[in-house]
Amino acid sequence: MRKFLRKRGTLSLLGSLASILAGLLLGFILLLVFNPAHAIGGLEDMLLSGARDMSKLGKVLYTAAPLLMTGLSVGFAFKTGLFNIGASGQYTVGAFFALTVGIQFQLPWYVAILAGMIGGALWGAIPGIFKAYFNVNEVISAIMFNWIGLFAVNLAINNMPIMLANAWGQVARDRTARLADANPAAALPKLGLDAVFGNYMNIGIFIAIIFALIAWVILSKTTFGYELKACGYNRNASLYAGINDKRNIVLSMAISGAFAGIGGAIYYLSGTAQFTIVKTLVNMGFNGIPVALLASSHPIGTIFSSLFISYIQVGGESLQPEFAKEIIDIIIAAIIYLSAFALLVQGGIGRLLNRRHDETALRKEED
Amino acid sequence: MLIFADILSSTILFAVPLLLVALGGMFSERSGIINIALEGIMIIGALLSCLFLRAMDLNGWGELHPQLAVFLAILVAALSGAVFSMLLAFASVHLKANQTIGGTALNMLAPAFAIVLTWAIQGQGQTTIAIPKWVRITSEASQEVFFNRLIFKSLYLTTPIAILLLIASVVILYKTRLGLRLRACGEHPQAADSVGINVYKMRYIGVFISGMLGGIGGLAFTVAAGSGFQSQVAGYGFLALAVMIFGNWKPLNILGASLFFAFFKILGSYSGSIPFLPDFEGMKSSEYIYLMLPYIVTMIVLVLTSKKSRAPKAEGIPYDKGSR
Repeated sequence: MRKFLRKRGTLSLLGSLASILAGLLLGFILLLVFNPAHAIGGLEDMLLSGARDMSKLGKVLYTAAPLLMTGLSVGFAFKTGLFNIGASGQYTVGAFFALTVGIQFQLPWYVAILAGMIGGALWGAIPGIFKAYFNVNEVISAIMFNWIGLFAVNLAINNMPIMLANAWGQVARDRTARLADANPAAALPKLGLDAVFGNYMNIGIFIAIIFALIAWVILSKTTFGYELKACGYNRNASLYAGINDKRNIVLSMAISGAFAGIGGAIYYLSGTAQFTIVKTLVNMGFNGIPVALLASSHPIGTIFSSLFISYIQVGGESLQPEFAKEIIDIIIAAIIYLSAFALLVQGGIGRLLNRRHDETALRKEED
Repeated sequence: MLIFADILSSTILFAVPLLLVALGGMFSERSGIINIALEGIMIIGALLSCLFLRAMDLNGWGELHPQLAVFLAILVAALSGAVFSMLLAFASVHLKANQTIGGTALNMLAPAFAIVLTWAIQGQGQTTIAIPKWVRITSEASQEVFFNRLIFKSLYLTTPIAILLLIASVVILYKTRLGLRLRACGEHPQAADSVGINVYKMRYIGVFISGMLGGIGGLAFTVAAGSGFQSQVAGYGFLALAVMIFGNWKPLNILGASLFFAFFKILGSYSGSIPFLPDFEGMKSSEYIYLMLPYIVTMIVLVLTSKKSRAPKAEGIPYDKGSR
C-alpha cells in the first residue's frame, strides 16, 4: 500500500482528485450564494446532466476531442520546458488548412486532418524559430502569432469565395460552408455512432486518443523525446551533451503546434461546426491550458482531464438560465489554483513516506 | 492636420492602458514573479470600478461630481486589482507554485467571475456594464484647433493619472530604497536575503504594485474601448506583457513601446483617411492587413532588439530560503 502511495503518479492523481473535490465544493457554495432556491438542482445538473442521456454523452465526447488535442499541445510544450500559449492561433490555422483542403480542394477527411496538422505545426514552429535563433521569449511571440494567425485566416477566407457558406446555398457570408453541402467526404465519419450518441458524435475522440498515445510514446519511449525533455530541463547541459538545442526547440514547438492544429481540424471537420469569422481569439486554445495542468502534462492523464472538463462544461450549459454557465469556469480555475496547493501537499506526503521508508530500512540493516 | 490630432489622441488613449499594465508587470517581474495574470487583474479592476461608476450614476452623485467619482473609481480599480493579485503572490511566494499555473488560473477565474457577478447584479443576460457619459472630460473650446482636438477629443482622468504614475514608477524603481531592494530580489534573491532584505515581503510588494497598476489599466482600457465593460479586455493584459518585454523591463522604454504599439494598432482604423497609406484595392477585407500590422511590427522590433533584451535573472524561480 505504501509503495503504491509513494509512486509519484498516484500522488499527483490523488492531488488532482482532492482539488477537483474542493473546486466542486466552491462551485456549490457559489450556487448557494447566487440563487439558493436552485442550488441543489443546479449542482445536480452540473454533475449529472452530462450523463443523463446518450446524446449529452455524445456532446461530451464531441467537445472533449479538440480539448484533448489542445491539452496535448500545451502539455507537450510544458514537458519540453516551453509554454505554448499560442495553441489558439495554431488551432485556428490548423482549422483553416483542414477546411481549405476539404472545401476548396474537395479532398477527403484524412487528407484534411493531415493538412490541419501541417498548418498547426507551421504556426507552432514560428515562435520556436524566434526563440531558438533570435532569443525572443516564446510566450510573447506566441501571443503575437495568435493574433496574426487569426487575422491572416480571416483575410484568406474572405478572399476565397468558394470557402464561404453563401457559395453553397446558405445565406451567411461570415462563416465557412457546411461540409454536408460542400463536400460530405471531408466530414469525419460517424461509423453509425450517431445512432447511439446523437448527431454530434463522430470518430474525433478516437483520433484524439490515438494522438495522446503517440505523444506518450514520443515523450517516454524514444531517445528523441528524451532529448526534447533534456533541452527543457537544461539547455546548456544538453548542448554540452551533444544535443542540437536550437533544432529541438523548433521541433518541440512544431509538434506542439501540430497537436493544436489537429484539434482545429477535428472540430471543424465534425460537420456540425462552421468556422465563423470573428475578431476574437478562439477559446479552445486557451482551454487546453487547464486540461494540461490538471493532468500534470501527462499525455494519458490529458485524456481523462479533457473528458472531465468537457463533462462539467456540458453540465454547465444546463445550469442556464438560473445561473451563468461561467460558474463552471470559476470551478475549473479554482481546481487549477488548488492543484498548486496539491503539489505542495504531495511533496510533503512523499517526503514523509520516504523518510519512514528510510527509517524502516535502516532498522532492518541494524538488525 | 486635424486628422493627425485625431490619430495622436487615439494613440495616447490606447497607449495608456498598455503603459499602466506593462509598468505593473515590470514591478512584479523586477521582484522576481512572472505575472501572467495581468489580463485577469485588469478584468477585476475594470469590473469593480465600472460597478462603482454604475452605482454613482444610479444615485445621481456621479453627475454632480464627475471627476471626483472617476478618481474614486480609479482607487477602487487599484485596490481590487491589488487584492486579486495577492492570490498570485500567495501561490507563488508562500506555496512556491509554478507562477504560470497560478497566473493561468487567475486569468480564467477573472472573466468567469465578472460574468457571474454582472448577471447577478444586472439580471440574466445583461452582460454589459455601461459607462456613464459624464466620465469623459469635455471642454467648451473649439474642436477645430489642433491642440484642443488633440487633448479633448477623448480625454479621461486615467490619462493624467497614468503620466503621474509613470513618473512615480521611475522614482520608486530607481531613486528609493524600496526600488533597489525590489530589483535585488529579482536579480539575486539569495544575495538580497544575506544582507537582511525580506525577499518574501519584497515579492509581495512587487505583485501588489502590479495589481494596483493592472487594475487601473483595466479601467483605462474599458473607458478607451468605449462600449462598456463586457467581462473582457481583448487580450490587452497579454499585449502589455509583450510591451513590457519590448520595453526591456524599464519604465521609460515601456512608455515608448506602448506608444509605438498603440500607434500601429490605431493606424488601421484611420487607413481610409490617410492619403499616402495603401488601401489594397482588389482585395476583400483588407482591414485585416492593418489589424495584423502592430503584431508583425512588434515581432520585427523584438528580433532587432533581442540582443539587448535582459530579463530579471531570478524571475519565475520561487525563492527557497534553504537553497543557496
